[in-house]
Amino acid sequence: MTDTVVRSADRARARSADRRPEGRRGRAGVWRQRAEIALFVTPALALLVAFIVVPIATAVQMSLYRWKGFGPMVDFVGLRNYVSVLTNEVFTDAVVHNLIIVAGSILLQLPLGLAIALLLNRKMWGQGLLRTIIFVPYVLAEVIAGVVWFQLLQPQYGVIDTMLAGVGLHGPEQGFLGTPEYALWTVLVVLTWKYLGLAVILFLAGLQGVPDELYEAAQLDGATWWQVQRRITIPLLGPTMRTWGFLSMIGSLQLFDMVWILTGGGPANATTTMATFLVNEGTKRQNFGIAGAASVVLFVIALVLALAYQKFILSRDSKEGGR
Amino acid sequence: MRGATAVALGTTVALLGAACAGQGTGSQGGGDESSADTGTITWWHNSNTGEGKEYYDQVAADFEKDHPGTTVEVSAMAHEDMLTKLDAAFQSGDAPDVFMERGGGELADHVEAGLLKDLSEPAADTVDTLGAYMPGFQVDGASYALPFSIGVVGFWYNKSLFEEAGITETPTTMDELYDVVDKLKAAGITPASVGAGDKWPAAHYWYYNVVRQCAADTLDAAIADVDYSDPCFVKAGETLDDTLATEPFNKGFLTTASQTGPTSASGLLASGKVAMELAGHWEPGVMQGLTEDGEGLGEDTGWFPYPSIDGQQGTEGAQMGGGDAWAVSQDAPDVAVEFAQYLLSDEVQQGFAERDMGLPTNPTASASVSDPSLAELLEVRDSAPEIQLYLDTLLGASVGGAMNDAIALQFAGKATPQDVVDAVQSAAEADQ
Repeated sequence: MTDTVVRSADRARARSADRRPEGRRGRAGVWRQRAEIALFVTPALALLVAFIVVPIATAVQMSLYRWKGFGPMVDFVGLRNYVSVLTNEVFTDAVVHNLIIVAGSILLQLPLGLAIALLLNRKMWGQGLLRTIIFVPYVLAEVIAGVVWFQLLQPQYGVIDTMLAGVGLHGPEQGFLGTPEYALWTVLVVLTWKYLGLAVILFLAGLQGVPDELYEAAQLDGATWWQVQRRITIPLLGPTMRTWGFLSMIGSLQLFDMVWILTGGGPANATTTMATFLVNEGTKRQNFGIAGAASVVLFVIALVLALAYQKFILSRDSKEGGR
Repeated sequence: MRGATAVALGTTVALLGAACAGQGTGSQGGGDESSADTGTITWWHNSNTGEGKEYYDQVAADFEKDHPGTTVEVSAMAHEDMLTKLDAAFQSGDAPDVFMERGGGELADHVEAGLLKDLSEPAADTVDTLGAYMPGFQVDGASYALPFSIGVVGFWYNKSLFEEAGITETPTTMDELYDVVDKLKAAGITPASVGAGDKWPAAHYWYYNVVRQCAADTLDAAIADVDYSDPCFVKAGETLDDTLATEPFNKGFLTTASQTGPTSASGLLASGKVAMELAGHWEPGVMQGLTEDGEGLGEDTGWFPYPSIDGQQGTEGAQMGGGDAWAVSQDAPDVAVEFAQYLLSDEVQQGFAERDMGLPTNPTASASVSDPSLAELLEVRDSAPEIQLYLDTLLGASVGGAMNDAIALQFAGKATPQDVVDAVQSAAEADQ
């Protein structure tokens, strides 16, 4: 959509440049172009406004009121909702949990994904099948994967506890999800299982872009397999890894479904994320003002981190591209 | 090409305009219609399957026959769907004429927002009949909904597992309950399940301890004055700590769901994996839905009320529970009030009871309840000197939610009895 708009705008601009000397008729042409641009941009803009701008504005408005979800929004409280969100230990813990998930996802999935991608990039029997198997969890709906893992992880009756018992081991007394100390790490493991496929697929795609000549040259120079990976493959995979890291970070900051199904944010708030916090405040407790404030804070945190990532990490790629 | 786009765009704009216009006239139209004495009334209920749905369709048809010129538009939907749609309807100002309310703080919020019709005058007779059950549905002495099913919470238990553990009598005091727990454990049976993942099932223990430890007017005064400093609230939490110390619950109870699937608290009781569960009158129905033969625990289903506590200040035999009521929206026609009253009539309530759709509030219908364990529960309810509404419903979503979260923390060993009271106090102050 945007592509079309940009292209048509370019074309229009080129046309207007031709016509400029013609004076009056040129001015009519300018208006025509403007009408044309407006025509093409309006549908996209309307959707953007209806589904992104208006909801954000509503959330900001909501965050300044005390509102229970029905009746007119009249009880203006200024920034009080923000104070109560930012001083709420459950919310600050939720921010920490989000950051742990951000760091944990990257630290776990980057080396694992890279290793698997390198393995799957070698010519071997059953390559396609293995790639599919790795990618299946990512394709699975998050809610379905969550329900399956919730049942697998049931203490006493779940498959994982039964298997552990079979080899003489005991899971934690209250189960992996029911023990506050383990719950967040368990969620992280499930998330890794779920999203590893995406990392692998992206890395594999990136590997296709590494020119064969480099490998041949390295072989002629007598480089070992390890040296080839370290000096050629991984550095050339940099842009892919950085893009993947960005996607992973944003996903982790907005994490909701998996946590909601596995633990609901419990036990004892051990797995609350910003998103589960605001849904709980909004739909369960009808504190829509506080939910609004939390959503604005989440938006700001995500925006700041995204911009910082763009500036400090992704900018290298765009500069390289410019060269 | 450009022509086509322009047409498409034009159509979109026209559609948008039409949609907006539709919304405007829709709500206005509703208002106009509502002021007439006859006409169409809309009724939302949650008996959306089998016999219950058929019965309510019949009830609506009967009412139409008696009131020529009136049409009852019935919408039967699943409970959760109904709650979501009601919230949306309240927001858009397009609420159905007759719908369900659960009383307490939620109802008070709706009254404050001007959504409900005051039924004290137009439905005076029915309000009289329902006398004992009305308090949870009144605000400042005015009645805003007519309760049609009120249940009490108690322990549902598996008779054969109790027998297996050598338990011959159901416990009446907390100490006896702890003996039962010990005996079940000695027999290798998990004593109880609790869906602490959903929080409210765990919170019911705390509520019941409050009903036992606090005199009824202490709780009323605490709510009215927003002052929970009476020591009985901390005592309630201490009793809960005593219960938790006996470790009666299923493994992983902190993330156990209340009613969904075989590993939920109800599922564990239904499949004989635990011996008892604290739950409301809905439990037999839920268990039937969770077993393959549709029988639940069948003959083994037993029920006993929450035990008393030594030295308690609460009224002996007081119960905690709640239920559903029919409310009429503010701008509904008068005939909607008549319909709500008809739903509470002897005839309709008897039919309701015969089909085990709930626990009828009209005294003439009590004898019609056929399920033996529900009949037992009904006896306890009818002889109870007072029935305390679920505290989370009573206090409203905001305070109730904070309270349930704090109690769930206590179940996890992360909050003291004092912490729970502090959480309720500060949430109540913030809600002022």
